[in-house]
Amino acid sequence: MSDTAASEPTAGAQHNKLRALAKGPLLFPALIVLLIAVAVIAAAVGAAGIPVERLPAALGLTGYLQAHFTTPGDAALLDRDRLVLWSVRLPRIAIAGMIGALLAASGAIMQGLFRNPLADPALVGVSSGGALAAAAIIVTGDRFAASAGIALPFAALPAAAFVGSLVTTWVLQAIATRRKNTSIAIFLLGGLAIAALANAGIGLLVFIADDRQLRDVTFWLLGSLGGATWDKVALIAPFVVVLFVCIPFIARGLDLLVLGEAEAFHMGVEVERVKRTSIVLISAMTGAAVAFAGVIGFVGIVVPHLLRLAIGPGHGRLLPASACLGAILLLVADTAARTLAAPAEIPIGVLTAIVGAPFFLVLLLRQRGLVGL
Amino acid sequence: MIAVAVNSLSVRAGEKRLIDGISFDAPQGQTIALVGPNGAGKSTLLRALAGELAFGEGTILLKGRAIHDWPSHELARHRAVLSQNITVTFPFTVAEIVKMGAGGRMGRDIDTMADAALADVDLNGFRDRIIGTLSGGEQQRVHFARVMVQLACGEQAHGPGILLLDEPTASLDLRHQLDLVAAAKKAASGGTTVIAIVHDLNLAALMADRVIVMGRGRIAADGRPSVTINEQIIGKVFGVSDAINRIPPDSQPFVLPHLAQKI
Repeated sequence: MSDTAASEPTAGAQHNKLRALAKGPLLFPALIVLLIAVAVIAAAVGAAGIPVERLPAALGLTGYLQAHFTTPGDAALLDRDRLVLWSVRLPRIAIAGMIGALLAASGAIMQGLFRNPLADPALVGVSSGGALAAAAIIVTGDRFAASAGIALPFAALPAAAFVGSLVTTWVLQAIATRRKNTSIAIFLLGGLAIAALANAGIGLLVFIADDRQLRDVTFWLLGSLGGATWDKVALIAPFVVVLFVCIPFIARGLDLLVLGEAEAFHMGVEVERVKRTSIVLISAMTGAAVAFAGVIGFVGIVVPHLLRLAIGPGHGRLLPASACLGAILLLVADTAARTLAAPAEIPIGVLTAIVGAPFFLVLLLRQRGLVGL
Repeated sequence: MIAVAVNSLSVRAGEKRLIDGISFDAPQGQTIALVGPNGAGKSTLLRALAGELAFGEGTILLKGRAIHDWPSHELARHRAVLSQNITVTFPFTVAEIVKMGAGGRMGRDIDTMADAALADVDLNGFRDRIIGTLSGGEQQRVHFARVMVQLACGEQAHGPGILLLDEPTASLDLRHQLDLVAAAKKAASGGTTVIAIVHDLNLAALMADRVIVMGRGRIAADGRPSVTINEQIIGKVFGVSDAINRIPPDSQPFVLPHLAQKI
């Protein structure tokens, strides 16, 4: 007891100094500058490298920038750069950033909703539910569509992943909630059981899948940002917009929910509305992420956790900051995934787990005192 | 003016009647202590008064309006509630928790209000501490400060409010129990209606203008502490005898547990 009392002031002071810095008005400009820097690096590196000095020309920036900062390349090189940048790299950067934002924000919202820093859509089976639905469409959808004589619409997969995530979250909520109180232990354990069940379902689908379907299903399970197109960018972007529109409406409610549902109600929160909005939001964002990138874990758990230590747990800043940092981290991860073993790509879900899981463990060990469960 | 009017209130859980036909009026500015043995229905009554519970029979009017007709955000400006055993999972600071009481309002006046509320519960130097690192009693005081900020913000806009406290002194040491009693009395003198569950009968007598003794979901006695805390009622409701002495000059009842006998 005496040595905790003795060591606490210094540790606390250090912590507060860090927090004061990160709590300042410079947080979001800093995150956005970092995001742009990472995006520039991501645009430059890859199987076909585009040196940074050729980027402005390839981006189509002319005039001052081009005159002063670019060496005139030959026209063929410029065409190649443009093609690589606009049809491969930029949509992929956009998708990586947006998926990272969705994953980190849905993690942060779920943690707030369940008052549990360990909650994460990937960990408690919401992603698995989405992946199961996606796998079901991949494996059985073609057959149904063929027998009905129609082509499977492009949006069927994302829609299925969304519905799968929604149903899973709803079931989880129903299992863990009794008399308006959500049990954290039941929630986590129920989530594990649901994840196991969804994974068993996926296993069954893998068992009956043919070779092509198997490859597609594996893509969902390991996660990949390959095959990015502007069409997909256009489909994901609305989710990011909806996230930022919703944040002001749920942030204070999530803050007060930390005290408990009854206390939040005492303080004027319409608890059921906040819970419903959050659950739909989590499902939609996780569903969208799973639909376009498969199952990518640990972004939703590591990012909000880091930010809570740095800027505090208030959701008004935590949620947008999570979205920004999630975008940055997934962009870094994706750039690493496609360059480390180039020309082959490491599945990004594997990469985030390899880096994220040990990192998270270290974080837990270092901050044991601050993370009450 | 009647702040809270309870009429023939019954609350059931399945077959069991937790509250069985309770009626009472709480005039504005009165301090009421709810006492009674475990399972008497005190907490259920307090939750019903807070607007948390659906109940089948009877009515609760808060400032003349049925409790369930209040939208939750409006209700929060007229009544504040302190619950027991609140655990905060995330590393919020003490100041952040206290300012949550302000209902989303921010600015210098809220900072001042929060600082004053923290000073009232003797937690001046604690504003930047993470709440999870505080002791149970200190955390309870933080939550009391938060509730007082909520009450003060509501009263600024809407006049005297209603303060509901569930065993506010349970984990507090003697000195901070007295602080809390003083804070509740100060609020009441400003017109706030205070309804508190209190287990310590002496503290109830010290704090309240009026003591409602509950037993088995009903009101066993209701009146001034010197009247309701007597041998007959305490014997009937708690099942103990010989527990009460009277202190001169006004023969205030004083409960001495070590003299008490089980009946």
